[in-house]
Amino acid sequence: MRAVQPDEVLSDPALEQRARDLSAELRCMVCQNQSIDDSDAELARDLRILVRDRLEAGDSNEQVLDYIVARYGEFVLLKPRLNVKTVLLWSAPLLFLLIGGSVLLANARQRRKSAQPTLSKDEEARLDRILNDRD
Amino acid sequence: MNIELGHFALVLAFALAVVQTCVPIIGGRMRSELLMRVGEPAAITGFALIALSFATLVLAYVQSDFSVLNVWENSHAAKPLLFKITGTWGNHEGSMLLWVLILSFFGALVAVFGRNLPLSLRANVLGVQGAIGCAFLLFILVTSNPFTRLSPAPMQGKDLNPILQDIGLAVHPPLLYLGYVGFSIAFSFAIAALIEGRIDAAWARWVRPWTLAAWMFLTGGIAMGSYWAYYELGWGGFWFWDPVENASLLPWLGGTALLHSALVMEKRSALKIWTVLLAILTFSLSLLGTFLVRSGVLTSVHAFATDPARGVFILAILVLFIGGSLALFAWRAASLSAGGLFQPISREGALVLNNLLLTTATATVLIGTLYPLLIEAVIGDKISVGPPFFNLTFGPLMLPLLVIVPFGPLLAWKRADLWAAAQRLFAAFGAALLVALLSYALVDQASVLAALGIGLGVWLVLGALTDLVFKSGLGKVPAAVAWRRLAGLPRSVFGTALAHSGLGLTMIGIVSVTALQAERIVAMQPGDTVEIRGHVLRFDSLRPFTGPNYTEDQALFVLTRTTGAERGTIVSSKRLYPARQMPTTEAGIKTLGLSQLYVSLGDKTPSGSLVVRIWWKPLVTLIWLGALVMMAGGAVSLLDRRLRVGAPMPRKAMAAAARGGNA
Repeated sequence: MRAVQPDEVLSDPALEQRARDLSAELRCMVCQNQSIDDSDAELARDLRILVRDRLEAGDSNEQVLDYIVARYGEFVLLKPRLNVKTVLLWSAPLLFLLIGGSVLLANARQRRKSAQPTLSKDEEARLDRILNDRD
Repeated sequence: MNIELGHFALVLAFALAVVQTCVPIIGGRMRSELLMRVGEPAAITGFALIALSFATLVLAYVQSDFSVLNVWENSHAAKPLLFKITGTWGNHEGSMLLWVLILSFFGALVAVFGRNLPLSLRANVLGVQGAIGCAFLLFILVTSNPFTRLSPAPMQGKDLNPILQDIGLAVHPPLLYLGYVGFSIAFSFAIAALIEGRIDAAWARWVRPWTLAAWMFLTGGIAMGSYWAYYELGWGGFWFWDPVENASLLPWLGGTALLHSALVMEKRSALKIWTVLLAILTFSLSLLGTFLVRSGVLTSVHAFATDPARGVFILAILVLFIGGSLALFAWRAASLSAGGLFQPISREGALVLNNLLLTTATATVLIGTLYPLLIEAVIGDKISVGPPFFNLTFGPLMLPLLVIVPFGPLLAWKRADLWAAAQRLFAAFGAALLVALLSYALVDQASVLAALGIGLGVWLVLGALTDLVFKSGLGKVPAAVAWRRLAGLPRSVFGTALAHSGLGLTMIGIVSVTALQAERIVAMQPGDTVEIRGHVLRFDSLRPFTGPNYTEDQALFVLTRTTGAERGTIVSSKRLYPARQMPTTEAGIKTLGLSQLYVSLGDKTPSGSLVVRIWWKPLVTLIWLGALVMMAGGAVSLLDRRLRVGAPMPRKAMAAAARGGNA
């Protein structure tokens, strides 16, 4: 495994850490489900160097990602951006939680209603008397 | 000749599976005891036939019979015997045969151990098992026949993918399949209940041990796969959110939810309909996993071959079983009576919350895995959904679940006192907080989040132990009495405590290695040293080595502490398998306590140095040790007498029950 090579590592540790974090979010397009940080493909190396070049040129993380998406398309992003296409994906957990939660609540409420006290007022009074008598 | 025998046995097994499907179920409708009883001998004989068929294939591999296409494609005469045997299922055809072998094994187990099941339930369960068997046997015979001959027979095979030539292949797929396929029993019971329109607490008591066993195997299979990837792939990751990994995680999450809801159903006869639905969904996720991995929709090291015909066939099986069972559920679920009532704050309530969070997490992973396929199919765009997405969504969903886990076992059924449970957990909470503070203060590089994560793991472990402490009355009654009480607790209480603390250990391992690992990437020459977290690694020498079917360059490293104490040597190598001209990295791993030092070799630089990547992985082994503890919890729980249907009650337990000693 080659992945990050010693000659790629930037001298500034903070900048290098940013490069590593960004690399973990970028897909190696010729590999199977690997980020460019893990991959030993030539293309991944080129991208890693590109990321570092952009960072050294003073780009922000967002700018680096924009730069790479503009060249390679959104497929390269392992964390898809929120847009019309991915709104369902990103909202899925919350939607599911809300729907599940409300079904549960509705169920519980219905149960409680159907389990309303079946004793009439008279019967309750009698029950109270019986219970009190025991003391 | 042998191989034709195996082929013929498989065809016979298919015919028998058709009988096993139709006769008992029809018998059930006709109320014919005779017809219903056909299920058992059919299931047992079917298993014997498939076992025979599997054995002939294994034999062909052991003998390196290259006149069999499948053996030629995936084996090599120089391969060590173990890998010849395990190579049987290191390919698409063989692994499908292992799948049906395990399926028929479970069917035979039901036939043998299910003698005290009501006759009609047993007949229907075996019938549904037979139907699944039919579908997959037909799939093998039509699209994935491992018994195809090759003429003229070549002298040498094409060898097995080197990554698969590992002890992991002997353990990981069988365990995983025992898990996947084990859930088919819960599925068959669910379908049988729907067919009969009747379900009771006894049903849950039969389903729970099967689900527990499947869950245990799946836990082991996933953990083993994770460790295998960790040491074999050479960059020290333990989980990649690869679609194929997700395919195994999905039934695990569903199965975990099922395990807990079946508990509510057994103890309180509540959540019946939901439990049936979960049983169906869990096995559906197993089938979906099989489809995703076997159809070639996803490409990975697991997808041995891609063939559209196979994909379409498995998709058809998927639609038939998932669609059919859900339709049956929609049609018949209303006939199942709803069960007992409970307050929101109760053991049942906690388990419902557990199920809500687990199913949401399952749905999230499922959607994340399938979303790229969906987008590509619908609008033709290619997008990726990778680890950052899953970490951002799955993590926050698991967090509240992990926080509430220790409360569950401390809450009473029906109506519980949350404050009382919280009071009992004060000590565990205090200790967890202390550990979090200490790790923040003492471990450099520890962020607030990492410290809290480790604290959460400790909370899980101690919270699980708290349950045992209070159930035994330790500290309140004399030690001897507490000890007696502890020994007298049902095994399932220990099972729960073990499984929950195993979860905590895994959590500690994951947080620790994610947040605190150190990495060095250096170009080294013999004699060079590199320092990492209090250790010094010296590159001693590079030497060639020849194995049975590979050659490799072995790098020898000597490890010492910075104080100078010797910590042994590490051998890390780059290997080449000439049959496939495929290189692999064999990482050198040194376990120090619960942590590991991981050394992986890269290429030579132009100046003749060797690129070496070194990781310090603190507490990494806890990830898999935790899984082992979870498995142990499952095993202990399985040994509980109460789960063994029809096991006579020991006199002591009977007396305790008479005293009303309901723990």
